[in-house]
Amino acid sequence: MPFPILSVIVFTPLAAGLLLLVIPADRKTEVRVISLAAAAISLLLSLWTFINYSISAGGYQFVEHVPWLPALGISYYMGVDGISLPLVLLTGIVVFCGVMISWGVEDRPREYYAFLMFLATSVFGVFVSLDLFQLFFFFEIAVFPKYLMIVVWGYPKTREYGGMKLTLYLFIGSVVALVGALAMYFASGLHTFDLLALEKAGFSTAFQRIWFPVVFFGFAVLGGIFPFHSWAPDGHVAAPTAVSMLLAGVEMKVGAFAALRVAISLLPDGAHYWSWLILVLATINVVYGAFIAMIQTDFKYVIGFSSVSHMGLVLIGFATLNRDGLTGAGMQMFSHGVMTALFFAIVGMVYDRTHTRDIAQLGGLMKRLPWAGVGFIIGGLVSMGMPGFSGFVAEFPIFMGFWQVAPILAVIAVLGVVITAAYIFRVIGKVFFGELSPEYEKIEPEKPLDKVAIGLLSLTMIGLGVLPGLMVPMISSGVNHVLSLVGGA
Amino acid sequence: MTAAAYDPSMILAILPEIGLIVLGVLVLAFDLAWKEERRRNIGWVSSFGLLVIAILTAVFSHPVGNSGLVWGGMLRWDWLSFVFEMIALAGAAITSLFAMDSGLIGKRGEFYLLLLASTFGMILMGGAADLVMLFLAIEMTSIPLYVLAGFSYKDARSTESGFKYFLFGATTSAVMLYGFSLLAGLTGTTQIYQMAPVIQSGGLPLFALIGVLMLILVGFSFKISAVPFQFWAPDVYEGAPTPVAGFLSTASKAAGFAVLIRFLVAVFPAAQPAPSIHTYWVLLLAIVSTATMILGNVLALAQKNIKRLVAYSSIAQAGYILIGVVAASGLGISGSVYYLIAYLLTNLAAFGVITIVGRMTGSDDVSAYAGLSRRSPGLALVLLVAFLSLAGIPPFGGFFAKVLVFAAAVDSHLVWLAVVGIINSVIALYYYLTVLKVAYLYRSEDETRPAAISRPWTIALVVCVLGIIVIGTLIGPWFNWSTLAANSLFG
Repeated sequence: MPFPILSVIVFTPLAAGLLLLVIPADRKTEVRVISLAAAAISLLLSLWTFINYSISAGGYQFVEHVPWLPALGISYYMGVDGISLPLVLLTGIVVFCGVMISWGVEDRPREYYAFLMFLATSVFGVFVSLDLFQLFFFFEIAVFPKYLMIVVWGYPKTREYGGMKLTLYLFIGSVVALVGALAMYFASGLHTFDLLALEKAGFSTAFQRIWFPVVFFGFAVLGGIFPFHSWAPDGHVAAPTAVSMLLAGVEMKVGAFAALRVAISLLPDGAHYWSWLILVLATINVVYGAFIAMIQTDFKYVIGFSSVSHMGLVLIGFATLNRDGLTGAGMQMFSHGVMTALFFAIVGMVYDRTHTRDIAQLGGLMKRLPWAGVGFIIGGLVSMGMPGFSGFVAEFPIFMGFWQVAPILAVIAVLGVVITAAYIFRVIGKVFFGELSPEYEKIEPEKPLDKVAIGLLSLTMIGLGVLPGLMVPMISSGVNHVLSLVGGA
Repeated sequence: MTAAAYDPSMILAILPEIGLIVLGVLVLAFDLAWKEERRRNIGWVSSFGLLVIAILTAVFSHPVGNSGLVWGGMLRWDWLSFVFEMIALAGAAITSLFAMDSGLIGKRGEFYLLLLASTFGMILMGGAADLVMLFLAIEMTSIPLYVLAGFSYKDARSTESGFKYFLFGATTSAVMLYGFSLLAGLTGTTQIYQMAPVIQSGGLPLFALIGVLMLILVGFSFKISAVPFQFWAPDVYEGAPTPVAGFLSTASKAAGFAVLIRFLVAVFPAAQPAPSIHTYWVLLLAIVSTATMILGNVLALAQKNIKRLVAYSSIAQAGYILIGVVAASGLGISGSVYYLIAYLLTNLAAFGVITIVGRMTGSDDVSAYAGLSRRSPGLALVLLVAFLSLAGIPPFGGFFAKVLVFAAAVDSHLVWLAVVGIINSVIALYYYLTVLKVAYLYRSEDETRPAAISRPWTIALVVCVLGIIVIGTLIGPWFNWSTLAANSLFG
């Protein structure tokens, strides 16, 4: 049996989290070091997997398949393809950076890091699942770390509201999707939760049209689709920095990824039937999210709504059901994940030092926080889709695909990109340039670990912008499989 | 199915019953022999004894290859009775540990004897195959529980609790017994496995059977605290000593489900041609299940007292378990049985935490949980595990249990019932998280005072938490048990 690398990636954080719960609560340094080591192991192994994935062979690789409950056709089934592997790498990067950014947490760091590790296991687990039951299993594990981390370590004024809202929204979405999944299980007559087997189940068109919206929108709630997006800004703002990074950076991709893997791949006729609705709603996401981001006075809400806007592009890419759109969406999931993690990290650094997120009160921070300032500008350029950055590699194909299926909507959506440029420049101008308020003269510069995180995230985005060949062929190979299911080549 | 004549191997079928009698005598003997200060150890005797009985039962009283009616058709020795024997024994063993330091001054011998007597009744309930036996078993379970609920006789709430439980229990039992007598009169037999052919032959008036069914369901609904016979539960749980409340809400409820499942499937099976009485009880229980879930969860939202909150939550849990019964399929019944296995450890863990926090703070209010995670991180984690398992979150036992009953509903074309269950799960998650928020976020003045958690409590909580996680992840063996139990009804 080959080395179960995916299991190690998934369960290293879990093991670290359990270990943390049994060591004494006052050993704060050990707690942080254990977490960082676990995150580093997962990151390095996901990088190794990413490098060693054979694009020419394609398909699912590093597969592990063990029966779990044969009586119901449930198995422990893991594997990665060209779409999920970049997301595994993304999770590795964001978790690693999240641990570094959280170094200064002083209130019960043991519980904080343990829950963060459980959340990491949940996310990794979803991305590598090839069994529908297992996918839900990992998906739902995220409920309690998310809730407790937001409520306990979040922003005091809104954490109880934001945490509960986020948790209930996402729980409703996921259980609705679960009913759809159970309906597929019984309708297929195959008595298996194996996703690859279910792809060949040949559900009737009527069945697909009824159940596709149930499954797709159930998951897309976590992807932030309009009108079920309102948990996202409230939840992201209420969450502590590392959780915002994970929520917006990877959890939203979990929703989008599950919608693609379960709803679109298993119910392709349903996807064709309903794609117009998704395109319309996701276009609203893009434009409306950007508009709302424009008028925010709270620094963190700007980023919260920008996630809603950018996730709209991912969903548009899915709903085009063509090669350009799907490839762009796969790329956008990675690019936006890195970008928004960087944004939230910087917002957290600024808030920790200035104790305000009111854009009007901030200014001139470039002088005191140059790393944060440069990182934010790089993130901003990615966000606008500037050539030379990963955002361009992602957004350009999405719009190409979008134009082919719905030119008018595509034009409207492009408007969102223009507004994105406006709100990004507004924030950069007001927060990082202009007059530095005297009370912020003395704020401490970024800590070394903060710089590592900013550097790692920024370089990832630039690297992919300059050398898209590092990732695009892999995603394209994954898209081949999706296209073979939804038809069209 | 006819009853076998006497066979020495039948002794094996009642091995746990014999063991419980021996253990009861032992407990009394220790109570007499030991002085006051040593009597706390009776809890160890009871708990260890129950463990031994469970092991002996699993080894020697295993129903493989020898299931069937025994003792003149009074009992049925099969997987269903075996699984519910295990549930009752485990519940009693864990309750014994929780009761050791919960402040029951004196009278330990009586307490444990009553607990064992009630367990004895539950084990008979799991196997009873004759109306007479069924009634005796239910009373054998209930009467010691009435006393236990009122055991803290110096506490007016406990006395009230015991009395209330007794009054409601006696009334519903009487109604149920009336139903039994009518059923015996109509079918001409008290053996529940001989009734189905008589009923299916079609000579009996349908309205009379429906009337009988409803009378009998009054008694069963009371045992499982289903609407509209749920109203006793919050008052009784609140007043009863906390370990007793935990026992009532788990083992006693499980035994109630055992008789409900066996009775309905054996007496009113799905029959051709439809519509038969089977259709009516499925419809009736679907309504009961819906009402139980909604009422339990909605009323739990408003509770400030943790025991009342968990009481309403356990009413709602009965509603989820009923979904599996309503599905009336092999998958549905095994879902209900799996749910009961997971629910046993989960709710016992919850009541264990309530016992400990109640002793620690002297209060059962939700506000008493403020600062729990700072004061005792381990106890807060147990509460977290228990409540998330109740809410149906993986990797805990409650998740797969809920998936199974919802799957059974979808499979039996009752998607609407699964949707009702899902809406209720969301409501339930809200109030479970609210309590966890209090435990993890809010501060309290005495949060730095360390919590003293005695050894029996620690053992019981660790067993429960490990059990919840094992049931939630290593699904195979428990699902296998549940399936065998379900098959023993349909096979």
